[in-house]
Parts: sequence; C-alpha cells; structure tokens
Amino acid sequence: MRIEIRFAGFGGQGIIKSGIITAMAACIYGGKHAVQTQSYGPESRGGACRSEVIISEVEIDFPKVTEPDILVLMSQHAYNEYAETVKKGGMIILDPDMIPNEREIEGVRIFRVPATRMAEELGRRIVANVVMLGAFAAITGIVDKEALKESIKANVPKGTEELNLKAFEIGYEYGRKLVEG
Amino acid sequence: MAEKKAVLTGVHFMSGDIACAEGAIAAGCRFFAGYPITPATEIAEHIAARMPKVGGIYIQMEDEIASIAAVIGASYAGLKAMTATSGPGFSLMQENIGLAVMTEAPCVIVDVMRGGPSTGQPTLPGQQDVMQAKWGSHGDYEIIALSPSSVQEMFDLTVEAFNLAEMYRVPTLLMADEVVAHMWEKVVIPPAEEIKIVNRKKPNAPPGNYAPFMPDDDLVPPMACFGEGYRFHATGLTHDEHGYPRTQDSDVQMRLVKRLCDKIRKNADKIVRVEEVMIDDAEVVVVAYGIVARAALSAVKKAREQGIKAGLVRLITLWPFPEKHVARAAEKTKAIIVPEMNCGQMVREVERAAKTTPAYHLPKLGEEPHTPLEILEAIRRHS
Amino acid sequence: MMEAVEHPLLKYLRAAMIPHIWCSGCGNGIILNAFVHALDELQIDLNKLVVVSGIGCIGRAAGYINADSFHTTHGRPIAFATGVKLAKPELEVVVISGDGDLFAIGGNHFIHAARRNIGIKVICANNFNYGMTGGQVGPTTPLEALTTTTPYGNIEHPFNLVHLAAASGATYVARWTTLHVRMLTASIKKLLQRKGFSFIEVVSPCPEIYGRHNKMRTGLEMMEWFREASVIANFSDPAKAEITPEKIVVGEFVDIEKPTYEQLLYEKMAKLMKEESE
Repeated sequence: MRIEIRFAGFGGQGIIKSGIITAMAACIYGGKHAVQTQSYGPESRGGACRSEVIISEVEIDFPKVTEPDILVLMSQHAYNEYAETVKKGGMIILDPDMIPNEREIEGVRIFRVPATRMAEELGRRIVANVVMLGAFAAITGIVDKEALKESIKANVPKGTEELNLKAFEIGYEYGRKLVEG
Repeated sequence: MAEKKAVLTGVHFMSGDIACAEGAIAAGCRFFAGYPITPATEIAEHIAARMPKVGGIYIQMEDEIASIAAVIGASYAGLKAMTATSGPGFSLMQENIGLAVMTEAPCVIVDVMRGGPSTGQPTLPGQQDVMQAKWGSHGDYEIIALSPSSVQEMFDLTVEAFNLAEMYRVPTLLMADEVVAHMWEKVVIPPAEEIKIVNRKKPNAPPGNYAPFMPDDDLVPPMACFGEGYRFHATGLTHDEHGYPRTQDSDVQMRLVKRLCDKIRKNADKIVRVEEVMIDDAEVVVVAYGIVARAALSAVKKAREQGIKAGLVRLITLWPFPEKHVARAAEKTKAIIVPEMNCGQMVREVERAAKTTPAYHLPKLGEEPHTPLEILEAIRRHS
Repeated sequence: MMEAVEHPLLKYLRAAMIPHIWCSGCGNGIILNAFVHALDELQIDLNKLVVVSGIGCIGRAAGYINADSFHTTHGRPIAFATGVKLAKPELEVVVISGDGDLFAIGGNHFIHAARRNIGIKVICANNFNYGMTGGQVGPTTPLEALTTTTPYGNIEHPFNLVHLAAASGATYVARWTTLHVRMLTASIKKLLQRKGFSFIEVVSPCPEIYGRHNKMRTGLEMMEWFREASVIANFSDPAKAEITPEKIVVGEFVDIEKPTYEQLLYEKMAKLMKEESE
C-alpha cells in the first residue's frame, strides 16, 4: 500500500528535515520503500515550506504526493493551504498554537499536538518538529518507533541527539494518550 | 575499477545532488570547479567537503564561464573534471562547451534544470534546457546527454557520464531536474571493484611522432596530457591532426567537424540507453524522461489496470536521441504521448522518429511535474 | 658551400607553425623573443611548461612556443590556466595574451586569479586596441585616441593595468615597453621564478592598426614615442603610473611573497587525507 504524507509549515521549523527523517526511517531502518521530496520558496526562514514522503511496500514510481493520507501541519498558512487536500478518511496532525483558526473538515480525524509549546518547555523551540514526529509515530503507527529514533540520530547535528530523542519521546507519549483517549 | 577508499560502498539515503557528487568521486573525478546556483548548489557543497579527503580539488570560480574553462584546463592536465549548474549558468557555459567539443576535452557538466527562461523559477523543476543541451553552443557538433529519473540514477549516470566522456573525448551532460536533485531516496553504492571505470586512451606513439588529433579507427584520438613530454598544441580554431590552426582550409574543416559528429553518430548504438516498459502490445506509448517518466510509469500501470494497452519508452540518453527505439515503438502503436516540463522540445525528435504515428505533446510548466492522472487522461484520450 | 647552422633558440619554437601572422612593426615578436631568451637563460624544462593564450594577435604566441600549449576561447586563458595549475602544480603555467582578452572580456578572471594568488604567470601585450578585428577601442585605449569605433576620439577612461594588478593582489607586477628588451627579458626571468600570481604589462606597438589612426604610421614612430615618454621608476606607486601621451612609467611595481592558492590547497588536502587514513 502507498501512503502519502505531507509535512507543511514555514522555513526554519525543520519541515524538510522531518520528511527526510521519516522517509529514511521507513526505508533504511524499516525495510520499506520511501522517497522524500520538497518544495520551498526563496526565503531561508519564514517562507512557506513543504516536505512530502511516500512510503510503500513496493517500488515507488511517482514520488510526489497527489492526495495525502496524512497531513502534519505547523502553521496557519500551511493549514489554510492544505487542510482540505487530505484524503477522505485520512488524518491531520496539527499544532493548535500555531493554527488558531480551524475550519470544519468532514471525514477526517484531527489530532492536536502543541509541539512548539512542548519544545519550548524543553528549552529548545527548534525541536518542535521532532516532538511532532514522536506524536506522528504514536498516532499513525506507519513507521516503527525504533526506526524513527535511529533516523533521528543519523540526521540531527552531533551533540543534539539526546535532546532530540527526548523531544521525540515527549511527543510520542502525547500522541499515544491522544489515540488511547 | 574505482578507487576503493573513495567509494562510499553501502546502502544510503541521500539526495540526488549528493548522489551525483558521490557518483563523480566514485568515477574518479578529482577536479570540480563551480559557481553556486539553485538547485545544483548541494553538489558543489558536498564535493567541497568530500574532495580534499580523496585528494581531489574543489574550487569555486568567479562565474560559470570560468568554471567550465577551469574544468577543461584540468582535463587537459590529466584529471577527470566536472562542473554543475542550472539554466542560467548552463547558458553562460555554452561557448566553452563548444571549446571542449572542438578540443575533445573529456569532462562532465551537470545541469539541474529549473523553470526558465532567464532567472525563471530557481526552486522549481523544468525540462526546458534539453534542446539547448544539443544545440546550445554555436557550430555543428554532437554531444552526449543523459537524463536521470531517480536518486540512484543520479549516482549511476554520473559514473556513466564520466565513462562516456573519457571514451569518446566529448563533454557529457547530465540533464537532471530540481525534483530528482532535491529528492531523497535509497541509493546503493556498489563495491569499488564492481564499478566500471573507463579512462581516456593514452598515446602509444612516442613524443615527436604524436599527432594529438589523429583518430584511431573508432574516430577518437588518444589523448596526451600536459606535462607528459608530448609538447602538443590545442586550439579552438579549426585545426589539423597536429593541432595546428588551418582556418582557411575547407578540407580540414570538413574532416574535423565531420569526425567530431561521426564519433558520436557512428557509436550511437553503443551509447544510447532507454528503458522500455510494456511496449510490445501497446496501443499508446508514452515517451518521457527525467522525473516525468516516473509519473508516466505510474500512469501506464494505471491504464493497464483499466484495460488500456499502454507502454512507456523512458529516454535515459537524450542525446544522441534514441531514434531507433522510438521508431520501433511507433511502428506498432496508434499514438505517442510526450509529457514534458516545457512547451514542446523532445517531442520534435519523437515526431521525427515516429514518422506517421502521431505524437501528442503534453506540456507542464510551473510548479510540479505532471501527475500520473494527467498523463492517464492523455492516454485515455488517444487510446 | 656554407653549412646551415640551426639558430640556438630554435628548439623553443614550433617550426611547423611559423611563419607567424604578425604585421611588420608589431611588437609581439619582441615579446616572444624576450620570452624565449628568458626560457633559455633559466634553462626551463619545456616538458614542464604550459603556455596558454586567448584570442587576439598575441594569442597565437602559445602555438609558436614548443611546449604544451592551448589556445582558448576569447577572454578565458586565465580561467583555463587556473584549472591546469591546480591539477598539476608542478607545471609552469604562463598566460600570454592581449589587453582586450585579459582586461575587457576576461577582466573578471584576471582580478580573481590575482586575488586568489593562483601561481600562474601572465604576460599582457598592451597595444591599446583590438588589432586582430581591425582596430576597435579597448580597455586600455587612451582618451581621445582614434580607433575604428571611436572615430571622433575615445571618451572612455583607460585601465591602468599595473595599478589594477597590484590592487587585485598580484605578487609581482612590472611594466615595460618593447623598447626595453633587456629589462623585459630580466623581468620575465623574475616572473618565471616567482611562486605567486605574477604579471608583466608590455606596452607594444601596433603601427598597422592602431598607430596609423594616431599619427604613428610605422613601428619606428611608435618606438620613438616609447623612448620619449617612458620613465623608469622602480617600485613607484602603481596608482600614479597611468599611461599618457607624455609619460609611460615603466619598471617593477610589486615584488612580494604570500602563500599561493595551490600551496594552501595542497596543504589542507594533505592534512585531511592524513586524518582520513588514520
């Protein structure tokens, strides 16, 4: 089965990195096929930013998302742009502090993870994307938790592994509680 | 065989640009000159970090004209050399690509295509430079251009580009696009001993008897390099087999330019590579290349699921154009569809090869490559 | 019958390329002569010499010298030579080209190669115009000079090449005219012995194309101008060495040492490779 995931937010939130970590976890540490593509503007920081991941049991032909199964949204702009593109029966994981205005979207499960606030509580707002990945892992179960942790270790700057894994665990716990209700 | 300690043998998850840089190093490239440009910059960045560790040279030049000139200089000094750029830089390089053709300097030029003309869309994909690849420099010539569709091919075809450049003493182009360059995928880098490496032919003749542009039977002259005692001359002017200018001699011009073209044309069967998918019974054939070929493959599979006999010819070599393959596919099919991220470029070659079979162009400009659905609709329309 | 004796400097020339294409009265032959003498006096190994030129009359000099040589596209010999020098630093890489090639179309490469201190040696024949294309205005054409594209007098301010070279970071800078053959030859010897980016401007007569529009119809008349106007002032301020009809300041302007690009490059490379192998 082909699963399409779109991460979106603004530049500087680690959106592209989230996609790479997820795809690498599924592919290198999870034994599936995966590909990550991206779209970004001229701004290094603050511009709209999108990262897409396809995960599949079979070889992936078209590497871009056409109808996402899962949206991970971290800005109001990203929400406005993409919230309604999600597949019927799909899900949206979003940061409610970054997205104050939500609309009614039918047939889609919404999970609200205040990842930016949780990252700030850890002392580093920059790891909000990794908190989100933790929640994503717990909520979707698409990518193995341990595989994601390996991928995080391989992709974050040296010396920040511990902080990032902590952020991941906090997000994972939050996500698990959301699912278990 | 590749140099063992330079090859990152193993399974990796990397971007197309990084895979291209690793492919170059695995192929034996030890000189890179470039100038930053989106979306090719990551090739330079990765080479800058890796090259000195394998005894190679990275230099950031003052512009793309200087970059290609330095690459030709390094090639004549005996190194395998490369530069990487995007449309605007590719335009600036054109005159010296002609110099590399004329002086038969083996080298590799990567063009990560973005939307143009002019500055266009720096961060978005395009396929608008594919005719420029063939015709961009003035004068008559033949060139080799390859088109990767995956990150794995960014590695594999970069190695192949070096091998072809060395074998035919011709600048070889890797015509990538922004999606393939920035995409991250699994790449398997084989053990060094499994990577086929071609090196330029060296002269057998001793200095004194060496004519630098005297071809062998394959029309390719053996290549001495600077500092090896051959003391030869090379020029962008029309020259004879000794490398001496003969600008007023029509026979020399005819002989030289014809050979420069023929060494590619007559070896086209050996150079050309395509991937053919389900074309034997196909009623509609899609001809595509680069990232678009992956949307096309998806569309062809979906069409088959719906009972439409569709097939795909994926062009891995753009130049020399895989004429015979397209002609063969055209013979048995009702219609050919050519989706491209431009207003209609390779479709002209397809039309020429397909003769009476109609070829329909499916343009896409702007943000994304074609979706499989868009190509599927075209297949349905013409089935 | 007299026995034919080979000229002792003939081995430095590529006989098959001669006769040369230069006009009578042209200074390019003097520059080539000085260069060949310098090679001979230093006993330069021709197998380790690469001569690179661009487009223009003097550009043909590369082909006349019996070393490895390359005649590039217009303006690009320095960029090409940079690739050669970095790939094989043990080679002596000399660029011989003209003012238009090096300072108009190729000006950007000159200043950046000097800034990086690439160890290439550049000899510029400055004849004040584009001779090969019939005498158009160039980057060193004096104010008010007549050329085929400044029929009412040149209104462009010319480059002061030695000032430009010094400001760009060249480690050896000199200017001579073709009248100063011995000084020029001695200077070329120094240029060949320096490690860093080195530059000599040779003010050279172009009577057929430039001189005849500017009241100097013969090589001799142009040399007369050089003789009357030139002042030797070694290590004077290159900023004050603008060429005017009245005054041509010649001499050496810069002779310093600093690490070359290739030296720093290969040092870093050796260090990184050592770390890798450990």
